Amino acid sequence: MNNRQVWARGQHGRGEEPADEERFESDLGRRHRTGRAWRIAFQASTVIGIVALIALLYTIVVKSAGLVAVENQVDPASLAVDGVPVQDQSKEQLLAILEEHLSTGTMRRLESEKPFAGRSQEEVYQLVLDRVVEPMIVASWPLTESQLNRKAIEAEVASDYPNAQLQFRSWLNADFLLNPQSSQPELAGVRTAILGSLWTIVITIAVAFPVGVGAAIYLEEYTRNNWVNRIIQTNINNLAGVPSIIYGMLGLAIFVRMLEPLTSGSLFGLVDPTTANGRTILSAGLTLALLILPLLIINAQEAIRAVPNSLRQASYGLGATKWQTIWHHVLPNALPGILTATILAISRAVGETAPLVVIGVSTYIVADPNGPFSKFTTLPAQIYQWTSRPQDEFRNLAAAAIIVLLAMLVSLNAAAILLRNRYSRRW
Amino acid sequence: MSSDRQPVRITTRPHLAGVPAPEIGHNGNYAIETHDLSVYYGGFQAIREISLPVRRRQITALIGPSGCGKSTVLRAFNRMNDLIPGARIEGQVLLHGQNVYAPEVDPVEVRRRIGMVFQKPNPFPKTIYENVAWGARINGYRGNMDDLVERSLRQAALWDEVHDKLQESALALSGGQQQRLCIARVIAVKPEIILMDEPCSALDPIATLKIEDLMRELARDYTIIIVTHNMQQAARVSDHTAFFMIDQERAGTLIEYGPTTQLFTTPHDKRTEDYITGRFG
Repeated sequence: MNNRQVWARGQHGRGEEPADEERFESDLGRRHRTGRAWRIAFQASTVIGIVALIALLYTIVVKSAGLVAVENQVDPASLAVDGVPVQDQSKEQLLAILEEHLSTGTMRRLESEKPFAGRSQEEVYQLVLDRVVEPMIVASWPLTESQLNRKAIEAEVASDYPNAQLQFRSWLNADFLLNPQSSQPELAGVRTAILGSLWTIVITIAVAFPVGVGAAIYLEEYTRNNWVNRIIQTNINNLAGVPSIIYGMLGLAIFVRMLEPLTSGSLFGLVDPTTANGRTILSAGLTLALLILPLLIINAQEAIRAVPNSLRQASYGLGATKWQTIWHHVLPNALPGILTATILAISRAVGETAPLVVIGVSTYIVADPNGPFSKFTTLPAQIYQWTSRPQDEFRNLAAAAIIVLLAMLVSLNAAAILLRNRYSRRW
Repeated sequence: MSSDRQPVRITTRPHLAGVPAPEIGHNGNYAIETHDLSVYYGGFQAIREISLPVRRRQITALIGPSGCGKSTVLRAFNRMNDLIPGARIEGQVLLHGQNVYAPEVDPVEVRRRIGMVFQKPNPFPKTIYENVAWGARINGYRGNMDDLVERSLRQAALWDEVHDKLQESALALSGGQQQRLCIARVIAVKPEIILMDEPCSALDPIATLKIEDLMRELARDYTIIIVTHNMQQAARVSDHTAFFMIDQERAGTLIEYGPTTQLFTTPHDKRTEDYITGRFG
């Protein structure tokens, strides 16, 4: 008799079989099989999630780099004067090139955008590249194809685009991060969008954090459990589930329209009231703050509720007032949780597009936002706009911008986590 | 005793044997006293008309079976019940003849003058030093804080164990040390009365003994009221004992109150005798 059989006979090994109705049918084999089946099911769900995530990253990365065929309208080499390549020429020489190649109307328009006298050599060089050389990407291929099918692509370029050069291009590069928006995919960048996103987030945090934490403290520590407060609580919970576009409409009605003098800055004399427009960073930040408030309040309440009551009792027992108890014990101990709540809320706000579209995010601006009253665009709005363009190249740009957005989210979260860990080790 | 069960072996301190039962009514000998105190939680009456004068600089133990309201009585002394939504009281709690529930009395001040030590050690998640100093600081202590911390820790018999790690976390201490730290924290705000709600129930026997010794020390300067489930503990440390039970409507009532020696040796009430001999509870 092997071990298992001995165990299976168990306590009845002495041969006295108990009455049928009192016997245990433990059926361990079946119970373990059920457990294993569930374990496999849970593993499968995890695997599905990971596969989906990898697929997403793959499609983005593959699009963000690859071979491109570039055609220049004017060969930059032909613009060289006395062997000096075009990028090293003086501002005057570059202006001469511009005048030679562009119509007087175009020149006048450029002058009225920003006087040539006020432009630096780099700016004029950029104009020469944009307007005269005009490199055009006529075709692009994703990364995998570029690596595996290089021969076929070369043949295709030679037959279809005889004037084009084939080169490898990473759409995500330093120029992409530093350039403003442009209608030409090879020149377009995300600087304005990154700055717009950062400005918006700063305003969102500045408004939502104190208001959200304040409301959470009030609801957790001060209110009594009566029907008014239960209704308020229920409403906050429901607001967290309201589609974000509804918040966009709210923001449009309140911040863009009603509070226009405030959000456009004309109240402070920053712009001419006749041209004031409430579609500014301030409006966007306030709208996103409204959007994340319920989320922030609920999670901050959760964090405050998790502070053990024994701490409050100890504090009161020593003759502390309610405020001293909250300030010295409840808040410091809830802070890591509150910061986690803030991280989650900010991540949500950074990625929001719909409400910004409703309140009128600019899809095409080249000027950096320089304050809360600027017109602006944000990364997700920029991505959304690029993906809806007909040219393939803009989708490469969108892929690169998605990587930038992801990197920004990760670094925001990392900063918040560092902050949280710092506060949890306060003593 | 017509019981087949052995009575609990009780040792009392003999010098208290002759002390007469305290009288009801304001008297300089009493640190705090309740008059017809009833506490309600919502519609439920938790304790009924309790009149309990507590002698100054002595240890008074509140004993009784679970749910008999002894903790509620204790928390009524320093108005901790105010923090429970729906709790209200009737009757009076007199501290030096002054009703602590009078409208002009600030419960925050009451809680400073009547300190409290809880069942589970609950030091703040701060340094040992900060645990002792915090209460004094928020109450506006103007003296030398280092001296106060040392004095309080010495009084709580903890100084020798922690004097070289005052800046370390209080949570690193053992349970018994944490409880003595909680006592030091209370002493630091200079209360007149210290309430202890089953202070040893989460501790091992050795830590319990240390706390009990400490309580006897502290009774020279402070009035101590202790709730305990442990009758031997009540007998060991207390000068007076109050025995509570629930009545027919489940409200706690005071059955018997007297010097510990007398209550444990010659109880007047049959129910007290049944309880202390271990027949129920």
